[in-house]
Amino acid sequence: MSGSGLWRASLAIAAKDIAIEWRTKTAFVSSMVFAVLVLAVLYFARDPTAVASIDIAPGALWVTFTFAAMVGLNRAFLLERENHALDGLLLTPAPPTAIFLGKVLANLAFVGAVEAVSLPLFTLFYDVPVWRQLPQLVLVVVMATLAFVPVGTLLSSMVVRTRFSESMLPVLLLPFLVPPLVGAVQLTSRLLAGRPLSDLPEWVRLLAVFDVVFFILPFLLFEATLDE
Amino acid sequence: MIDKARALKTARYGQTITVLAMVGLASVYVRALGFTPIERFQGPAQKILYVHAPAAWAALMAFGITGLLSLLYLMMKDRRLDRVAAASAEVGLAFSVVMLTTGPIWGKPIWGTWWTWDARLTSTLFIFLLFIGYLALRNAVIDPVVRANYSSVIGIMALVLVPFIHLTVYFFRTLHPQPVLLKPSSPSMPGVMVVTLLLSIAVFTVLYVGFTMQRYALGLLREAREEEAAHAGA
Repeated sequence: MSGSGLWRASLAIAAKDIAIEWRTKTAFVSSMVFAVLVLAVLYFARDPTAVASIDIAPGALWVTFTFAAMVGLNRAFLLERENHALDGLLLTPAPPTAIFLGKVLANLAFVGAVEAVSLPLFTLFYDVPVWRQLPQLVLVVVMATLAFVPVGTLLSSMVVRTRFSESMLPVLLLPFLVPPLVGAVQLTSRLLAGRPLSDLPEWVRLLAVFDVVFFILPFLLFEATLDE
Repeated sequence: MIDKARALKTARYGQTITVLAMVGLASVYVRALGFTPIERFQGPAQKILYVHAPAAWAALMAFGITGLLSLLYLMMKDRRLDRVAAASAEVGLAFSVVMLTTGPIWGKPIWGTWWTWDARLTSTLFIFLLFIGYLALRNAVIDPVVRANYSSVIGIMALVLVPFIHLTVYFFRTLHPQPVLLKPSSPSMPGVMVVTLLLSIAVFTVLYVGFTMQRYALGLLREAREEEAAHAGA
């Protein structure tokens, strides 16, 4: 299949997933409620007289993003399990790479949407000066999201076909979240303190390398998960 | 069809090797406690090094072997590779528990704390958790071929992730210096201690081989049992 054919196939799959989500909004609503709850719980889980909200804000933001994303990632292949929909997808001329790319794109759209709504809420709740460094912050969010969504999609494609599928994803995904999450929290706290990203070049580099490696690797490995 | 007689033979070889390693382990203990001098600054607490460091070596070697065998499995699709990878991961987990328990016992008197988020401690903890996930996934998949494919994928990803985790905690630490008291020093040891340590590492390596062979045979026998049950059911 040619390059443009692959793109078309994966965009079609992504569009299908987004359309399903758009009509039901189940995962989006639960992710958003979850995000608000985490933000609120973390806000109250501190002594306001001793700890300023800005000190816990970066951690709170990233715990919220990743945990809310996990709700969506779990759903990505759950959709295909019902009525053996995945078998149907595999029977189409679309190559496995296109199916995986489609799933990754749909998940990126989903996680991006959750982040786009939670970020203003976060700014509101935690009263942090986000707008001053918004472009850089968006860059960090994009880089960290790109770091964990492909891995999460691959793991989700496997765990739906196991027993205890819902509890399995966090167990497998959390170790893979450590590098992007720690990097993103470090960079976010610098940005919220009004400092530029160039303060922490090693974290930017780490995120960038992680993005590339853990974008390519899941693509190479996805086909191996389909063999039965 | 699985050859049960051969599996039992492997188990017996594994047992013999394990017994030999146990004898070696006892000798290493005797040498470490009786014939290796007490370290001047750390006192008797330093003796734990002769268990801790070899256990850490065996654990990391086990996980490394699991990762490499996972890669080979996806290339060659030989089920034996997957079975050895699984056995190695489980044995590695056992050695990790030794590493993670002896470490704090030494850390309390020497560093003054049971645990510190030092780069090496943190990365080994995450590697440990990674392989718990690996084995949890194995337990959650029933079909042996699917199980082999999935766990190989996780094994390879884990192998690639480990350097990233190490870099992460290393950067994290260098940005937030810890109190001088908690700083782990790297002692350059006198020869007699180095010999004890190397002997212990050798013994732990043999122990790893013995354990892994037995676990491999056990896995094989379990699969034979599952096959029999499937045939009986069909």
